[in-house]
Amino acid sequence: MTTLSTVRPGDTVRISTDSATEPFWQAAKGRRLVCAKCAQCGHFRMPPTAFCPECSSPDVEWPELSGEGVVYSFAVIHGYPGIPDIVMVAAVIDLPDAPGCRLVSNIVDVDPDTVKIGMPVHVDFSPIADGWQLPVFRAVVEDPA
Amino acid sequence: MNGQRDVAIVGVGATPYYKRGGSASRSINELAAGAILAACEDAGISVKEIDGFAYYSGAGAGYGGKLETGEFVEMLGIPEVRFTASLTAGGGGSAGSVGLARAAIVAGDANVVVSFMALKQDAVRLGEVTASKPVDPLNSFIVPSGISGPGHAQSILARRHMHLYGTRREAFAEIAMSTRQNALNRPKARFRTPLTMDDYLSARMISEPLCLFDFCLESEGAVAVITTSIDRARDLRQQPVPVVASAHGGVRQWGRAFNWYGMPDEYFASSGHKPIADRLYQTSGLTPADIDVALLYDHFTPMVLMQLEDYGFCGKGEGGEFVESGAIRYDGGSVPVNTHGGNLSEAYIIGMTHIVEGVEQMRGTAVNQVDDAEFALVTGGPATIPVSGIILGRDS
Repeated sequence: MTTLSTVRPGDTVRISTDSATEPFWQAAKGRRLVCAKCAQCGHFRMPPTAFCPECSSPDVEWPELSGEGVVYSFAVIHGYPGIPDIVMVAAVIDLPDAPGCRLVSNIVDVDPDTVKIGMPVHVDFSPIADGWQLPVFRAVVEDPA
Repeated sequence: MNGQRDVAIVGVGATPYYKRGGSASRSINELAAGAILAACEDAGISVKEIDGFAYYSGAGAGYGGKLETGEFVEMLGIPEVRFTASLTAGGGGSAGSVGLARAAIVAGDANVVVSFMALKQDAVRLGEVTASKPVDPLNSFIVPSGISGPGHAQSILARRHMHLYGTRREAFAEIAMSTRQNALNRPKARFRTPLTMDDYLSARMISEPLCLFDFCLESEGAVAVITTSIDRARDLRQQPVPVVASAHGGVRQWGRAFNWYGMPDEYFASSGHKPIADRLYQTSGLTPADIDVALLYDHFTPMVLMQLEDYGFCGKGEGGEFVESGAIRYDGGSVPVNTHGGNLSEAYIIGMTHIVEGVEQMRGTAVNQVDDAEFALVTGGPATIPVSGIILGRDS
């Protein structure tokens, strides 16, 4: 029986926000994946920061992304402090609609042996502590037709 | 004569190396001061001559602790401090702390500068350091994924290197095995039994593609290094070991590295050390072929491989083939690496043991002495900027 990948128990996962990152997490709470985009020069950046690294503008907009991603690289992690038997696929996900941006996330409910670099994935959201939602990713299942 | 050569390392000292929890009866400051006193004894100077402190890791004592100059002044009776500063970030600055000492000496601020690290893991365990930090807005983009320590984080870079260049686990195994081989005859080494390919391939996977033996030790102890002007060095007990070149820093494309993961493709599967290598070679006029022994910070095996590429010992992407050829072996390799057993098999004192080995190689007193070694490269850990490196030489 294959052990499918999972995520850390949601009630143990805490995040904190600042003025630059809060809009990302508020959108996630509404199950929307957004990315910081410079309102002056159009450069995307993740994680969100207070100034555009290209043009130094503080002006930012938050376009909603399609939720499509591509696995850039990943690890199959065995164990977490206090949870020795957990298996998680921690992955760096390229976001094609926000060129240059990546999310560090999980690929969930997948046989870890089937995960490949370049694999298409799609965002989902997983509840964590304090009412927040964590973006995670699922393998895109090819339509058999 | 090539390079900077205006300061020299004149003394090195260390405590015993303990396994995690093994130094429980000694305080962090006791460990540190013991190493400092040993380094002064080695140099043949009084501890009261120390007037500078050049730290790294934000003057952190391992993880969670702090090193405070005032406490060492009090304990060691140091009359006056003229320089006390730290490189930022973490283990990336270990070798660079000697460069910071040089900056103090060349500027005329201080004369005898100590760099040191003391490490205990009773409060925070290295292997869980990422998970143990308080939640903040930046690590909220990393830690929820289950990345609990730096090895987990770097396994994602290792995977990308394997994907891009066909690097095999056997290459990482060779780094672990050759490093272990170098520790076998060292009395202070934590691990002194041979490591075989079978041992490696059957080991517990911690964060695939990395297994137990890709991860460095979780050690305790302290190491100190004394740097002074080259003129003063020539009057002291030991043969001076001049600093031929030193550099710390890094480029935007590396940045926070595996605390960020935004590196462009050409930097992602790297050690971030290329700009440091370029500056060291430019300053010294040396090339990789001139380096006789490389003491490369080995918190995790893939970063040895990627440093070999970034320092030009082999081409980009060729690190796997290079190490599998036996090139880093003490016995017969073209560039012996971590002749002291490194962080992987001797002890992990956040990179300071590599400086000690560089000094011993240049003095000609190393346990695994490289014949006629003239130049030793010593590096800090691939991690968030700054990364760092120094080239040590022999005084003429």
